[in-house]
Amino acid sequence: MAKVKVPRKTILLDMTAMCDVAFLLLTFFMLTTKFKPDEPVVVDTPGSVSETILPDANVLIISVDADGKVFMGVDSEKTRLAMLEKMAGEYKVPFSENQKNQFRLTSTFGAPMAALPQVMVSTGKARAQLQTGIPTDSLDNQLAKWVTYARLAHSEVNNNDRERQLRMVIKADKGTKYEVVKKVIDTMMEQNLNKFNLITSLEAMPEGFGKKAGEGKKE
Amino acid sequence: MAELDTSGKDGKKKGPKKVSTRIDMTPMVDLAFLLVTFFMLTTTFSKPKTMLLSMPEKPKPNDPPPPKVDERVTTTVVLDKNNRIFYYRGVESPEVFTTDYSADGFRKMAMEMVAKGKSLKRDAVFIIKPTEESTYKNVVDILDEMKITDSKVYAIQQLYPQDKEIIARYKQENNITD
Repeated sequence: MAKVKVPRKTILLDMTAMCDVAFLLLTFFMLTTKFKPDEPVVVDTPGSVSETILPDANVLIISVDADGKVFMGVDSEKTRLAMLEKMAGEYKVPFSENQKNQFRLTSTFGAPMAALPQVMVSTGKARAQLQTGIPTDSLDNQLAKWVTYARLAHSEVNNNDRERQLRMVIKADKGTKYEVVKKVIDTMMEQNLNKFNLITSLEAMPEGFGKKAGEGKKE
Repeated sequence: MAELDTSGKDGKKKGPKKVSTRIDMTPMVDLAFLLVTFFMLTTTFSKPKTMLLSMPEKPKPNDPPPPKVDERVTTTVVLDKNNRIFYYRGVESPEVFTTDYSADGFRKMAMEMVAKGKSLKRDAVFIIKPTEESTYKNVVDILDEMKITDSKVYAIQQLYPQDKEIIARYKQENNITD
C-alpha cells in the first residue's frame, strides 16, 4: 500500500480554559480550608466505625494526652475571653491585656490557673513545659470550674440561645488510662452533662456487618 | 492579552514579524492541579469523626427504682489491663470467661448474646465496667463493638466491690498475675 505521508504537526492544546478551572478550584479550596490550629497536645485517637461528624461550632473540646494531662479549648474567641475573665475573678489571678489577647488566640490550653499568665507570654518549648495539664483532682478541680464558666460565658455571649449550647467533646489518646477519662466524664456528669462526643478516627466496618448488623449465628 | 494560535498552521504572516506572546501554560496548570489536589485532600479529611456517648443521668430522689434486667441476656463486661476482657452473667458466683478484642473474641460473644436476646424477645444488655488499668482505647473499642453488633442496650458503670471480688477470685483460680 502506498503510504500517505502525514506531515508532522505539533499539537498545541489551548490550556487557558483548563488553567482557569484549575485556579478557580484552587481559590475555592484555599478559601474553604480551615487549617488545623497549633495544638499543644499530641493525641492519637482510637479508631471507631462511627461516622458522626464533629460539629464546627459551639464545642468544648477536652483533650487528654497519653500521660493523662488534661487540656481544654473552646472554638469561639469571644467565649474564651469571657470565660477567662470569670476564671481570673474566681481564682484572683491577674491577667494583663497582652496575656488576655494571647489567651483569646490560644485554641487549646492546659495549665493550672496560677501558671496560666506565664504560659500565655511564653512560646515554643518553654510554653510546652509549663502546660502541665488542668488539675482535675477533687481537692482542686479547676476543670469543673472551667467547664462551668465556659458554658456560662458561651450562653452569655450568644444571648442564651439554646440552639447554641456548648457540646462536650472528649479527645483522648489510645493509651490514656481510663481512670483519667473517667475523672473528666465524672466532672461533667456532676454538672448534669451526660452527652459526649468522643473523637475517633474512622475505621472501616468489618465485613459482614454494617447497616444490617444483628443477624448473628444462632446458638 | 496572550493570543493563542490553535489553527496548527505555521503562523507565517505577512508584514513585520511579531514577537509571539504565546506562553506554555503546562507547568502552571500542573502546579495549579497539584495545589488543588492538596487542598481537596486536606479539606475532606480534616473533619474529625466522633462517637456519641450518653451517660445515665444522676438518679433523683423521687425516681422509681430502675427496672429489673433479665439475667439471661445481661452480660457484665469487665475491661482489664493488657487488653483482656472478663465477662460473666448473673450476680451470685457466676462463671467467668476471658476474651479479647478480636473478631473471634468479644464480637462473637456479643453476636451470640444479641441472637439469644432476639429469641427471647428481649434486648441483650451489656454492662461495661472498665477497671482503672484499662485504657481509653479499650473503652472506645467496646463501644465500637456495641455499634458493630447493633446492641442498643449498654451502659458504662463503675466497678463495684463485688465485681472486683469476682474478678480477683477468677484470677486467683486461673493463676493470672500480670
